[in-house]
Amino acid sequence: MEFGLSSEQTLLQDSVNRFLAEQIPLDVVRKIATDDSSDAHCWSGLTDLGIPGLLISEANGGLGLSNLDAAVVSELLGYHVTPSPFISSAVIAPATMQAAGRGEDLLGSVATGEIRIGIAFAEGIAARNNAGLSADGGKLSGKSLFALDSQANYYLVSTNAQEIYLVDANAQGLSRSNLTTVDRTRSTCELTYDKVDALLISDDPEVFRVALDAGLVSLSADTLGASQCALDQAVTYAGQREQFNRVIASFQAVKHMCAEMAASLEPCRSMVWYAAHALEEIPQESTMMASHTKAHLSEVGQFVTRTATEVHGGMGFTDLVGLHYWFKRTGFNRQLLGSPELLRERAARIQGLAA
Amino acid sequence: MDLSFGAEYDEFRAEVKQFIAEKSDKSPKQAGVGNSEAIAWQKTLINNGYAARTIPTEYGGFGAEPDIIESRIIAEEFSNAQLSTGLGGQGISMLTPVLLEMGTEEQKQQFIKPTIHGELIWCQGYSEPGAGSDLASLTTKAELDGDEWVINGQKIWTSTAHLADWIFCLVRTEPEAPKHQGISFLLFRMDTPGIEIRPLVDMTGEANFNEVFFTDVRVPKDQIVGQRGQGWQVANAILGHERGSLAPPDAALSRLNGVIKLMNTESVNGERIIDNPIFRDRLMKIQGRVLAMKCNDMRLLSARINKGQDAKLAGMVVKLLGTELRHELESLAIDVMGEIGIAYGDNPHLRGNGSWQYQYMYFLGLIIGGGTSQIQKNIISERGLGMPREPNPAAKTNAS
Repeated sequence: MEFGLSSEQTLLQDSVNRFLAEQIPLDVVRKIATDDSSDAHCWSGLTDLGIPGLLISEANGGLGLSNLDAAVVSELLGYHVTPSPFISSAVIAPATMQAAGRGEDLLGSVATGEIRIGIAFAEGIAARNNAGLSADGGKLSGKSLFALDSQANYYLVSTNAQEIYLVDANAQGLSRSNLTTVDRTRSTCELTYDKVDALLISDDPEVFRVALDAGLVSLSADTLGASQCALDQAVTYAGQREQFNRVIASFQAVKHMCAEMAASLEPCRSMVWYAAHALEEIPQESTMMASHTKAHLSEVGQFVTRTATEVHGGMGFTDLVGLHYWFKRTGFNRQLLGSPELLRERAARIQGLAA
Repeated sequence: MDLSFGAEYDEFRAEVKQFIAEKSDKSPKQAGVGNSEAIAWQKTLINNGYAARTIPTEYGGFGAEPDIIESRIIAEEFSNAQLSTGLGGQGISMLTPVLLEMGTEEQKQQFIKPTIHGELIWCQGYSEPGAGSDLASLTTKAELDGDEWVINGQKIWTSTAHLADWIFCLVRTEPEAPKHQGISFLLFRMDTPGIEIRPLVDMTGEANFNEVFFTDVRVPKDQIVGQRGQGWQVANAILGHERGSLAPPDAALSRLNGVIKLMNTESVNGERIIDNPIFRDRLMKIQGRVLAMKCNDMRLLSARINKGQDAKLAGMVVKLLGTELRHELESLAIDVMGEIGIAYGDNPHLRGNGSWQYQYMYFLGLIIGGGTSQIQKNIISERGLGMPREPNPAAKTNAS
């Protein structure tokens, strides 16, 4: 019995962490975020480490690793608030195509970093603004909101009925416009379709479920990392900042804020590991765990990034310190692929506790 | 990640299952100190290695090599069968490990066997009216007079004092020494002249605790564990043992299943509570937290099996989170029942024998007892996050 990361996973963690800490520090992130410039440089560095192909099977040209490996990487991307298409191209796209057994021929080019596949799933989960799309004879019409990755070459698009189609970003009749969100480390866009040629990947709700679960765990891991970094920064800052002739870390009020953050966050690490492990190894629990983990991490992530900001006092509110990148990262993750209330209802449904 | 215990444990699990199938009818219907059925069951458990498993045979135990996985399998199977895992109490769970580690050979011979067999009941004399969170400031004193300690002072929160044969007690023996170095750990009989016990009724309506008064209580000099002035180290070894076990996630999980059942059966204006989305969301929120604690517990188990895994912080948070979580879980059950949730005692509308109200209050007691939530936060921030201790105002006055 060993509940934790293997030595290979620790090595993966070390190498990705080193790359992100050295090559993509906050000033690089800030530049991408404020100039709306491309994250291509980050992604090509991560591609050198094999990250896009992590979940892609060896037969499809990837590394064939597990969702726990993906969670390790997601946690680090959250920790360093790294802009990247990891969750779309490296997690949800392979999960969808490999579960469906269709479109896999594209995955080799995802693994080599040549192409990126964006994800437009919002309408299959919780359509807003009456957005939605339908398919008629292999042609898509309608609209997707908050599609992940505005630089993608292809999109996997869910209809309101959770049928998944693949469209080429340059297809005739498809138009794409960026949607600014609070989190400038991520890019989202609006896609409108006017009889766009589309390839049916799956009309099986099971495929959508499996792909969504993988995405939920990955977002949870991202929130775990972002929250951990916010807590680490708060503890460090409290140990340096002096008021009333003492470092503020010696005031019980401040210590208890940090203890509450640590206490609520620490079990989340085990929860993310277990939920990631369950995706492949404990299928009877995977959807309940993925839904609960994303909902719980969203609550904890909100509490931790908000409290870490308070520990920083006025400086936490400034752009100068940059703590807001972590605050916004967890805020973005919280809404994406289902807000906590929707996911708790999903967890209740899978247990037969809700209709 | 490997959540299986391995094929080599399959045979052991089968043995445990077989024991349960054959003997479960002998399991006591009622727990409780001094219950003869419970004492007989305890003997059966020890003889088969399901209680006092790793305690050496010369001290009355089963004498198995410590194996965390075997212990876990026993706990799992007994819990699944809802069987008693034997006697508890502070003598078995707290004093016995300390005697094994720090007691003299004579003390081990004298005390361990009757204690684990339920023939000797103990109580713990630690807290005092003036020494709660700051336990090391305790003032009950013991002075040496010839071959005897003479003890004067008062203890509080002493559970089972009225049933106990003996007490393990912290007393100040070196009043001149710094407070942590002036304490000794004494053992003495509860029928010694000069001991008065007064029950302390708590908010549940029961006397779960007592106050114990000592007036010139004379105790043989050699009834001390460790050296004079070492009592604080001895006590800390036991307190570390207590904290995590106050709020085990498996108990929370089983209680959560109870709330789900309750929500399926209780209704308001003809609508089942489980069909009410607001209540359902509260239930799901708590379930998410219970699952997080369950995963945390797997990590802690793994860290005990695989040396080198770091789970220090994961262990420190259990008492704080677990007791708060149980209190909220019980509170949800009460809200599910509404007015029926305030029923207590002999009220004919009571659900679950009134256990929801009782546990709701009892866990408020556990949020405070065994190191308050605030003390837990000090421990987490100082020992877990490396933040500085609160400066001691007295030390500052001395310096200036």
